[in-house]
Amino acid sequence: MTDAALPEPTLLARSLRVLSGNRTGALGFVLVALIVGSAILAPWIVPYDPAAIMVGPRMAPPSAEHWLGTDNIGRDIFSRVIAGGRIAMLVAAASLSAALTAGLALGLVAGLGPRWLDNLLLLILDALRSFPVIVFGLAVVTILGPSLFTVVLVVTITSVPIYARIVRTQTLALKNAEFILAERAMGVGMPRLLFIHVLPNVLGPLLILASMDVPLVIATEAGLSFLGMGVRPPTPSWGVILNDGYNFIRNSPWPVIGGSVPIILVTLGFTFMGEALRDIFDPKLRKGG
Amino acid sequence: MATHATATATEEPLVAVEGLSVDFDTPRGTIQALRDIDLTVPKGKVLGIVGESGCGKSTLAYSLIGLLAENARVAGGAIRMGEHDLARLGAAGWRDLRGTRVAMIFQDPMTALNPVTTIGQQMLDIQYRDRISRSEKRARAVEFLEQVQIPDAASKLDAYPHQLSGGMRQRVCIAMALLTQPDLLIADEPTTALDATLEMQIVALLRELQQKFGCSVVFVSHHLGTVAELCDDVAVMYAGEVVERGSARSLFHDPQHPYTQALLDCDPARIKIATRTLPTIPGTLPDLRQPPRGCAFRARCPHAWGRCEREHPPLYPGAAGQRVRCHLSDPAEDAA
Amino acid sequence: MSLLEVADLRIRYARQGRLRATLRREPHDFEAVSGVSFQIDAGQTLGLVGESGSGKSTIARTLIGLKKPTSGSIRFEGQEISAASNREWSRLRRQMSMMWQDPVGSLSPRLTVGSLVTEPLRIHGRKGDRAEAERLLGLVGLPAEFISRYPHQLSGGQARRVGVARALALDPKLLIADEPTAGLDMSVQGEVLNLLNDVQKRTRVAVLVITHNLNLVRHVTDRMAIMYLGRFVEEGPTARIFEHARHPYTEALLSANPEPDPDARGDRVTLAGEVPSPVNRPSGCDFHPRCPWARPDCSVRVPERYPEGGRSHRCLFPL
Repeated sequence: MTDAALPEPTLLARSLRVLSGNRTGALGFVLVALIVGSAILAPWIVPYDPAAIMVGPRMAPPSAEHWLGTDNIGRDIFSRVIAGGRIAMLVAAASLSAALTAGLALGLVAGLGPRWLDNLLLLILDALRSFPVIVFGLAVVTILGPSLFTVVLVVTITSVPIYARIVRTQTLALKNAEFILAERAMGVGMPRLLFIHVLPNVLGPLLILASMDVPLVIATEAGLSFLGMGVRPPTPSWGVILNDGYNFIRNSPWPVIGGSVPIILVTLGFTFMGEALRDIFDPKLRKGG
Repeated sequence: MATHATATATEEPLVAVEGLSVDFDTPRGTIQALRDIDLTVPKGKVLGIVGESGCGKSTLAYSLIGLLAENARVAGGAIRMGEHDLARLGAAGWRDLRGTRVAMIFQDPMTALNPVTTIGQQMLDIQYRDRISRSEKRARAVEFLEQVQIPDAASKLDAYPHQLSGGMRQRVCIAMALLTQPDLLIADEPTTALDATLEMQIVALLRELQQKFGCSVVFVSHHLGTVAELCDDVAVMYAGEVVERGSARSLFHDPQHPYTQALLDCDPARIKIATRTLPTIPGTLPDLRQPPRGCAFRARCPHAWGRCEREHPPLYPGAAGQRVRCHLSDPAEDAA
Repeated sequence: MSLLEVADLRIRYARQGRLRATLRREPHDFEAVSGVSFQIDAGQTLGLVGESGSGKSTIARTLIGLKKPTSGSIRFEGQEISAASNREWSRLRRQMSMMWQDPVGSLSPRLTVGSLVTEPLRIHGRKGDRAEAERLLGLVGLPAEFISRYPHQLSGGQARRVGVARALALDPKLLIADEPTAGLDMSVQGEVLNLLNDVQKRTRVAVLVITHNLNLVRHVTDRMAIMYLGRFVEEGPTARIFEHARHPYTEALLSANPEPDPDARGDRVTLAGEVPSPVNRPSGCDFHPRCPWARPDCSVRVPERYPEGGRSHRCLFPL
């Protein structure tokens, strides 16, 4: 249809429209806002010091003083969950931004560089990707010792190949696009070609993917911490909370619920948000466009 | 049916489109893509549908085979083919008609063929209804590839689509469409993606096969030259309406609607004396979310006057037996 | 001295790696353009006509410096540019520009029309402000409000105008137009061609039009060359070629762009077969397997270029 010449609604208007027709998308945004907000404000909104023991009775069920009850040594589970969210978001933000940056750089070099370099990079990336994440993580932990930094490192290294591959594929497709040839024929310099013409067209899909990857990263962090290979107790990670509660699940289910429900909410939130972002940013996929 | 009085239409037509309207629901509003289309596809004839992008010619073609986009909706009218109303046919009804009575060829033969399956396999698959042996199906596939003049047809059965040239792929698509011996073949810009000399080959082939198989063809194109080569009847579309229809001869030799005249004037092939100032049609298509009340072409028409704004023109009978949606062709205007 | 002088230009493309080619005993490359010569003067328009695979777009990409020629000479204002350095190219690119085939696809999708039209200025170190953008849009008949639009919001004709504005931004001496009417409706094609003609009248820019559409060539070019498998099969003043084509391929192309007339059916020359691959050229005359007038000699003897008072052709038995 020839509605091509009609003015396009602004990004905000488009976002609102997509979200108004997409309940799960709106729910995703709300969940993400809550989780990210509580992570940022954690030090000020926790009712108790998350590491302090015996702030209440042991193994107490939820009450007005302790919204999610207390654990086996009397720590406030709600405070620990909020503080754990901060750790989870920190790991996600640090490792994903590192992975995105490295993935972009490697992908662009592979896509635009000479053939031999492309082949070499592909070989390395595929080799990296062939390790199972947890096994690779265990190996790194054995060498470096368990810590927050180790978790970030493991997640970064295992995510880079995925992003780099996507950037490479997109770049290769763009390389022969007529508008890139047109820019080259006008004598555009490499930096401008890269940052003005290639990058913005690669970034969109990448950010959407990264949003959908947040739960994966958090699950990896929780998994490693649960195994005792990640964040060290008493620092409250969701994996640590789960591990602590798991030993006493017969006495009280609340620590396990407190550790697992946020992981479920994060997964739903970021996945729904990622899908909504795709609808907002990629007009071609929108129905009836 | 009031508008059914073309001079030649004594025989029952294969397809009669009666007052068809199709809307598209988009985030920016409802687009009235087709409005009140009246057309007949005569048996054993080629009907050309011409117009520029956005005129609705492809929408019309797709509605004839029930492949409209998800956001499209038939807002009124009917498409009669025998006892069926194609405009109201359900999924099950279409499964029985498509590939038996109605078939289609598309603009891009590469996307119309399955890239990971051989030509032969695809040609066997579409004969799934026929209770004949595999080797008989194979023989028929070869026979039809020969019909579309593919050299060394038997060996092409094992080829994948990407191993053939664009022209060859379109021939394969035509062979597959004809394999089911349809009554109606819909061709949506089938030569647009091809080079000029191949375009003429395909047009000549379509003409020959149409006469051999006796099917009706609806040929959608923006290329006036190929339409004149191939079609018996022509309908000119503008902004979702048929503005003029009639025999190819009447349309190309004696166009009545100002849009048809302007379109023919713009074809550089008709301008025999070299010129550096080519004719154009100034202005743009009306917004089809709110089609103008009077004549849709009014804003771009050199002859428009007050009546064109007030009154939507019906299809008047034209001088050479065609039907024209223009008040200039109203017999009452002549009398006045 | 002409503005652009091309002599015996040859351009080869690699098909596969050398190692693989040797193992398969196949050639590793093929000649997409084999020995083409032409020149264009300021204010003149030359049409390069051919079907896909004829090598016409390869010539365009070589002239604009995106592909290196294998041999032959390209002189621009008397200076040899076939082996120009990057520095020289940055100067040359101010003087030649190109209109690409796909009106919308040749515009960077995340840039506004305003930055698209002024980009050539900024690349070459001149200021590209809003006033410049408005001036350039005015040049191609687009209102200033288009400055903030994005390519996907433009119709084909509007995008094409933006392309023309970009190509003219630096006042080039040579404009290469690759299928300037591709993807445009008939009623809009005239607008774009008239615009190009106006600009040429005003600025005396030399134009190279690359197209498969002979009807277009008739109205916008002074001279034309018809390409088949990387060679000019006929070349000369446009009017004289339309009057009397000497090469059968030209004749076939002329009748493949017919005047829409249902009564003229059947008097067309319809060519059999398809363009052969340049990897396996036919013996003798390139065109003989498809030529309706081919004689036994044609499969043996390679026709040379036969000059004929201001025009030339490559046919042993011209029409």
